[in-house]
Amino acid sequence: MPTIKSLEDLKKMREEALRKQELKTTTGKTEIVVGMGTVGIAAGARETLKEILEFVDSHHLENIIIRQTGNIGIDSFEPIVQVILPGQEKVTYGHVSPEVAKTIMEEHVVKGKLVPDYQVKG
Amino acid sequence: MREIALHILDIAANSISAGARNISISIIGNRRDDALDLSISDDGKGMTPEMVQTVTDPFTTSRTERNVGLGIPLLKAAAEACNGWFNLTSELGKGTNVQVHFQLGHIDRMPLGDLPSTFLALIIGTPAVHWIFEVKHDSSAFYFDDTEIKQELGEDCLAEPEVIRYIREVFTEGIETLALN
Repeated sequence: MPTIKSLEDLKKMREEALRKQELKTTTGKTEIVVGMGTVGIAAGARETLKEILEFVDSHHLENIIIRQTGNIGIDSFEPIVQVILPGQEKVTYGHVSPEVAKTIMEEHVVKGKLVPDYQVKG
Repeated sequence: MREIALHILDIAANSISAGARNISISIIGNRRDDALDLSISDDGKGMTPEMVQTVTDPFTTSRTERNVGLGIPLLKAAAEACNGWFNLTSELGKGTNVQVHFQLGHIDRMPLGDLPSTFLALIIGTPAVHWIFEVKHDSSAFYFDDTEIKQELGEDCLAEPEVIRYIREVFTEGIETLALN
């Protein structure tokens, strides 16, 4: 992938990407939420988020919204990641190490298949 | 937490929870004075004097799920173990400023850690906040204000692959050259 040297380069690349995107049908955005309270951070949430960002970049995923949130309230399951596919219910995953995050991205975000081993049922 | 960068992420998460619109983070290392100074300022809802007095106590927290908060006491203890100090000032309705001082060369001082990842997590994870990051080491400095990138691209686009890569490169290149650890 080419290195983007300046904000000007970035603008050009984005305009190109947007043109390509217009050709596809818009299906809404997938939302990924990472719990970033003290417990989440101590349990490795930043590395989990980093893996998710790297996945989005390397697989060139479009229409993704990534958010951080405070404590979700289930500390013993941190790091916690929630995935909301367009028009679907929120799915909560616990003990999401960077490796697990990669699996969730591959299976749930890309293919739409749940990863039951790490799912936290409320 | 064995990285100052993780503590910064934790303190900034408090600022986000306090509803801040503007958050400014500075990390200044100075070898001549053997000093490492952190500052995290926000314009969130602030705290009452009573809350400020008790905030470094591990049995105080604003969260509702349970009532023990450890982030600030751990950072305070880490600073004090390195000939440093922790200071928090806050005004209700105005905002909060956290300042932490470490002896830069103290043998027990934890490493700064992965600052680019902390900054990236904050800017991508909370695009509605206006972020200013500043890192200085002696006479070299890295400064990032997200106003320009948001004006050019809009805040909705921050999680796009090209934008993530661009911001990460800006942070990594800018901060690594400072050689502040």
